[in-house]
Amino acid sequence: MRINTREELETRRKEYAASLKTQRKQILICAGTGCVAGGSLDIYARMQEILMERGIKCSLVLEKEPHGHSIGLKKSGCHGFCEMGPLLRIEPEGILYVKVKTADCEEIIEKSIVGDEVIDRLVYHDKEGKAYEKQDDIPFYKQQTRVALEDCGRINAESIKEYIAVGGYNAVAKALFDLTPQQIVDEISEASLRGRGGGGFPTGRKWSQVLAQKEEVKYIVCNGDEGDPGAFMDRSMMEGDPHRVIEGMLIAGIATGAHYGYIYVRAEYPLAVERLQTAINKAEEKGLLGKDILGSGFDFDLKISQGAGAFVCGEGSALTASIEGNRGMPRVKPPRTVEKGLFEKPTVLNNVETYCNVPPIISKGAAWYQTIGPDNNHGTKAFALTGNVMNTGLIEVPMGTTLRKVIFDIGGGVKGGSFKAVQIGGPSGGCLCINPSEDHLDLHLDFDSLKKVGAMIGSGGLVVMNDKSCMVEVARFFMNFTQNESCGKCIPCREGTKRMLELLNDICEGRGTMRHIQLLEELASTISATALCGLGKTAASPVVSTMKYFREEYLSHVVEKKCPAGQCKALVTLAIDPELCKGCSKCARVCPVGAISGEIKKPFTIDTSKCIKCGACKEGCNFHAIKEA
Amino acid sequence: MEAKEQKVLDEILESHDYNQTAVIAIMQDIQKIYRYLPEEMLCYIAKKLHLSEAKVYGVATFYENFSLEPKGKYVIKICDGTACHVRQSTAILEEIRAILGVTAAKPTTDDMMFTVETVSCLGACGLAPVCTVNDVVHPAMNPEKARVLIQELKDSEAVGKEAADED
Repeated sequence: MRINTREELETRRKEYAASLKTQRKQILICAGTGCVAGGSLDIYARMQEILMERGIKCSLVLEKEPHGHSIGLKKSGCHGFCEMGPLLRIEPEGILYVKVKTADCEEIIEKSIVGDEVIDRLVYHDKEGKAYEKQDDIPFYKQQTRVALEDCGRINAESIKEYIAVGGYNAVAKALFDLTPQQIVDEISEASLRGRGGGGFPTGRKWSQVLAQKEEVKYIVCNGDEGDPGAFMDRSMMEGDPHRVIEGMLIAGIATGAHYGYIYVRAEYPLAVERLQTAINKAEEKGLLGKDILGSGFDFDLKISQGAGAFVCGEGSALTASIEGNRGMPRVKPPRTVEKGLFEKPTVLNNVETYCNVPPIISKGAAWYQTIGPDNNHGTKAFALTGNVMNTGLIEVPMGTTLRKVIFDIGGGVKGGSFKAVQIGGPSGGCLCINPSEDHLDLHLDFDSLKKVGAMIGSGGLVVMNDKSCMVEVARFFMNFTQNESCGKCIPCREGTKRMLELLNDICEGRGTMRHIQLLEELASTISATALCGLGKTAASPVVSTMKYFREEYLSHVVEKKCPAGQCKALVTLAIDPELCKGCSKCARVCPVGAISGEIKKPFTIDTSKCIKCGACKEGCNFHAIKEA
Repeated sequence: MEAKEQKVLDEILESHDYNQTAVIAIMQDIQKIYRYLPEEMLCYIAKKLHLSEAKVYGVATFYENFSLEPKGKYVIKICDGTACHVRQSTAILEEIRAILGVTAAKPTTDDMMFTVETVSCLGACGLAPVCTVNDVVHPAMNPEKARVLIQELKDSEAVGKEAADED
């Protein structure tokens, strides 16, 4: 049913909130991509089955007049603790069960839903074995501040009613009726919200530039083309709290006088597309999108545009070209997107997380937002914490939080070795590390501090690497990515990345010389000075930053022809330790090229001229006698 | 192109109001049905959208997701994003390619059953390393699990074939 006025929205909110309260307990099953892959939808189905069998009243959707005290069963957005998935949260107690299996469902219903018992086996236990019953007490969650992800995992991701019940679309009402467009822009400027997509451009300034344009048609575009490998913040927001994205875009429309919006989502995120489409349909039904929103006379239409697999489309002008049905190639600027963006019209282009920060700023005010994070870097930042870290997952912390806190307190430390580096900002970013001259662990994660050390926040992917990661190989990996994804329009990026990749391949495969290192440096500075778009300009960043902080590692590859981390296969020589070898002949039998020989019960040897360094012998040896040298 | 296929294309074009800017979405719809973009279909939509064939071909070849070659029944994508890469996804890719006898240059098996591709990041980094089979995510993979997965797919195919033979 359509909501026609602001008052009606308030009435409905009270109704929906009351319905939520009558649910005696709520079971929130994480239905983010991660937990779905772990089988969370089967758990949802099993829960429903058991509740039905046992005749327990259960609400799958929020009902206006619920049948007494029922149990709410819902699919929520990503809870963030992906390492421990599938996750299941029970309200109102705030209990979190981790690594839940369908076989656990019966017991959960019996003890925790019908009864009020907590099942110790299913709660999170830390390394020391300490149990945490409540989600908010777990160290992973305790140190986070959630603004953009506030409702993600706490409400039904597919329900507009629940979003409204927790205060959703309140900011839109305020923007429509209490504020002028200029006041909205001023509020965003005062909050000093900066673009969360990487560059950190002040959002308020962008909006005011579009507001100032005289054109009749303007567009609001949301960049959901989260192509950085190792990042999934935007995906989780689009999947877990789609209405917040819509609300943020709607406010941008009200502020700048735009009536059309596009959300550009990459094709690799089918679930996000599905949830956003459901959300748009429901918002249209309720009259929160479309004509005459809440009786204000303001119209806004929103469409989803799906990407087709091109990293470069994360760049503004390439993204708009893709929505227009063209090859997604960046163009020369100016004119800038705020003047001539989508279909040559003034366009506000922000990323998903930026829009998600807008509704709370409008609702609670800029003064509140300024209490979070350091000056000029206000607010929070969501990070995808991945790689060799104990607790992988999605986190949100105040800007300016130290790297140490993120990796060790929230992330639970490094997995499979000791801390070596963190790659931040994807293929455009750099590495942070500890070495004798620099210690980045106490570095504050915000736009300005990271810029100073030659890295950038990017969209927020944090890939932790342990001492078994070779930094030259990591640089090669990113250069391979960038070279693959280069759109080919400008020569510096198209040819330069190809040559840089060749040089890095040479170094990793033992053909490197000092000249290679010099050439890499020359190319890096030329590409960043001459490439057309932001992606080209930053293409060399991973190489530059690893060369700066891990120069000795490059030198070992080039001069000594050794890979200290043992990752570059061509530089590794395998040898059998005669002290440890028992002469069992297992290695000789698994060797695919017959490079190992020896006499039973005497130490075997490897013929290095035949060895292809596949490592099969090393893996198979029961006595750990085969070593890389 | 057969009349039946033309009808399918007309329906897709109709659902996008023959809008030139929807050419990417139209090609996505076609690929969803046929698993690739047959040349004559590209010519057909170019004509109907009043775009040049060169333009449509240009768009089709720019984007990674579009394929001008037929793909196998099961499209296996191995994630080679940063998080998967540092958790040794390359070994999984090598294993799967070795089992199926495919390479980067020839990604599809001769019986048109499997296509093996890499993908830059699926955004499921919390479960790294991952692979997908027709968009279903398989978490925390290793070469051993990959072998089992391929065998399961082959087995289910054999069972399906037997059932079809009995009919």
